[in-house]
Amino acid sequence: MQRRCFLGTAFVFALAAANPALAAPPRLAFSELYARIGVMGTSFSPQVLKLKGQRITMRGYIAPPLKAEANFFVLTRVPVSVCPFCNSDADWPADIVVVNLKNPGTLAPGGRPVEVTGMLDIGSSTDRETGFVSLVRLNQAEWREL
Amino acid sequence: MLVKRCCAILLALWGVQASAQAIYPIDRATMVVDGKFDFKVEFDGVVDPSSVTITVNGQPYEKVLGAKAAFLPNEDNGKASSYILRDISIKHPGKYEVVATAAGKSMKVNWEVYATGPRTAKNVILFIGDGMTVANRTAARVLSQGIKEGKYMGKLSFDDMPRMALIGTSGVESLITDSANSMSAYTTGHKSSNNALGVYASRAKNNLDHPKVETIAELVKRKTGMAVGIVTDAEVEDATPAGMVAHTRRRSDKSEIAEWLFLKGADVVMGGGSAYFLPKSTPGSKRKDDNNLIDLFKSDGFAFATTATELKSAVKPDTRKLLGLFNTGNMDGSLDRFYLKGGTVKQFPDQPDLTEMTRKALEVLSRNKDGFVLLVEAGLIDKASHPLDWERSVYDTIMLSNAVKIAKDFAAKNNDTLVMVTPDHTHGLSLVGTIDDNAKGTEMRDKIGVYEEAGYPNYPAPDKNGYPPSVDVSKRLAMFYGNFPDYYETFHPKLDEPFAPTVKNDKGQYVANEAYKNVPGAVLRVGNLPRSADTGTHTADDGVLTAMGPGSERIHGFMDNTEVFRTMVEALGLGYDGKTKGKTPAKPATRR
Repeated sequence: MQRRCFLGTAFVFALAAANPALAAPPRLAFSELYARIGVMGTSFSPQVLKLKGQRITMRGYIAPPLKAEANFFVLTRVPVSVCPFCNSDADWPADIVVVNLKNPGTLAPGGRPVEVTGMLDIGSSTDRETGFVSLVRLNQAEWREL
Repeated sequence: MLVKRCCAILLALWGVQASAQAIYPIDRATMVVDGKFDFKVEFDGVVDPSSVTITVNGQPYEKVLGAKAAFLPNEDNGKASSYILRDISIKHPGKYEVVATAAGKSMKVNWEVYATGPRTAKNVILFIGDGMTVANRTAARVLSQGIKEGKYMGKLSFDDMPRMALIGTSGVESLITDSANSMSAYTTGHKSSNNALGVYASRAKNNLDHPKVETIAELVKRKTGMAVGIVTDAEVEDATPAGMVAHTRRRSDKSEIAEWLFLKGADVVMGGGSAYFLPKSTPGSKRKDDNNLIDLFKSDGFAFATTATELKSAVKPDTRKLLGLFNTGNMDGSLDRFYLKGGTVKQFPDQPDLTEMTRKALEVLSRNKDGFVLLVEAGLIDKASHPLDWERSVYDTIMLSNAVKIAKDFAAKNNDTLVMVTPDHTHGLSLVGTIDDNAKGTEMRDKIGVYEEAGYPNYPAPDKNGYPPSVDVSKRLAMFYGNFPDYYETFHPKLDEPFAPTVKNDKGQYVANEAYKNVPGAVLRVGNLPRSADTGTHTADDGVLTAMGPGSERIHGFMDNTEVFRTMVEALGLGYDGKTKGKTPAKPATRR
């Protein structure tokens, strides 16, 4: 029993060493997203351009979800108490990240710190269902509360 | 069984019931002679046009309003009929009674159409301190002027204007207004509803289909050669600046509002909100199309600036049109820009002050020999009061005072400029005493001094800009909001980032943001607002308007916010028929 367990663990370690995809994904901070945020638009940091298409991890706050069950949510640098879909006064901060979930399900309440791992996708994209325009997305994402 | 059937019938009837009947403009509307508006009659059910009569002062409406209205048989999801007649005006002053009858049921409204005397002011400058409450003015005076033995050491720039009035701000559907509704009253002279700009909120489905009323900017562009300027430290598409040009049921139509700023012929536009000027292909854009509005403005000859430094050099001796966009969203307030460096100051380190924008706007607009109408909004007074961040709100009140000083100096040169300074609504903010960190007591509330225990705060003397260089002092003002969601009261200024009092929970309710729970001395203040309120809310308390210059004579006592429009229109003689030329300016109109 013990041996089987050991073998199993060794196998996983060996695989992880051989396949970088199974190693801990690189972590990206909100402050590292953009080289410049300016009046004439924003430009991505070299780090973001390098990590595009890779699985990465980001930490932030879950923005108030539209409903508890959802297939996406918005990740923010600081907790936000506003919801752009329900309050006309509200506007998102410039540096939000849209998280498209691998397994849609129950979300944590807004304002909670979370860690998200997903495939980094960048560039302007308009959500077909909501019309929401995003610049940075984490696709096929999984999350956990911190 | 019978009961069940009756219930079913009642439910079915209820299900098809249409919205209430209405006539727009509404009862007691006041309009300037030849001011444009859309006329709409909404019946409370489907009507047969042959059963409808609509009269104005007893005559068929077509005769008085000059055209035939379109019949909309099935508005309101097929449940009711309406008539709409767009872009009309009434040429003769007087009282107008409108009666609409269908199938024996009738409704009635009265309008007053007024003329004006000849023009007495060349220019009009309207300053809006968004959400500016009396406590904002008091605290701004304490901090920027100082107070000793009960007497202030100086005044705010708008404290000594000769005219003053209390302003009522309520809207068609509610006591409590938002900034769209109230600005719309200032710029059109018509009451509107929350979230609406330059329209009456009718039952039309599309935001842009509601009955429109002309704005002061459109009116002066149509009838005079005057220039129009729109300056704010919020987004230029935000409700207050939008009130100059927009016609929509929803203030959130910011892409359209950005386009209207151009299409309505504004000569000077400055503020934040560049995200709605960039095509969606540009990272950072909030548009949903590929229109590049910055290019559009530039191709029409606008000088363009994105920083305070660029603003200095963008204005040449012959510049007549100026676009300044200094942030993708709202600009940062004076407390962050000059001292704390919170908000978006790190990303936008070279934003101009409201004073610099006011100065440049006056420089450019005053080149128009026919005069100008300029709106300057200190929008961040309100943006800070919402999250209960009174220090930021008060610092921006000082900034407004500084900007008004520049306008006063400009107006003093020729005495031909009407200057008004007013909030659009108020907040529940009050100055209750001081907080002394060195006072006895374990809880922060024990350190609050009231009555003689309050004494005076120990903020450092104001710097050359009129601001105390620090708000983080040991004895500071105790200011509280009377209407608030759940939040942690820290009794201290928020030195890193603007206050974020709440977060939303999984039930969609706003609860206290726990990020402040561990601030030493913080206590949970259980809200007195519904849990749907994310921040502090506007109040119906009157606003205080101060004014100077030609046309300001009619400002006194209590006034409705629609009379601010009338004051501008009278000062500019926009309803003058030419018959009383050479006579002395018209007397202030009698109060209704």
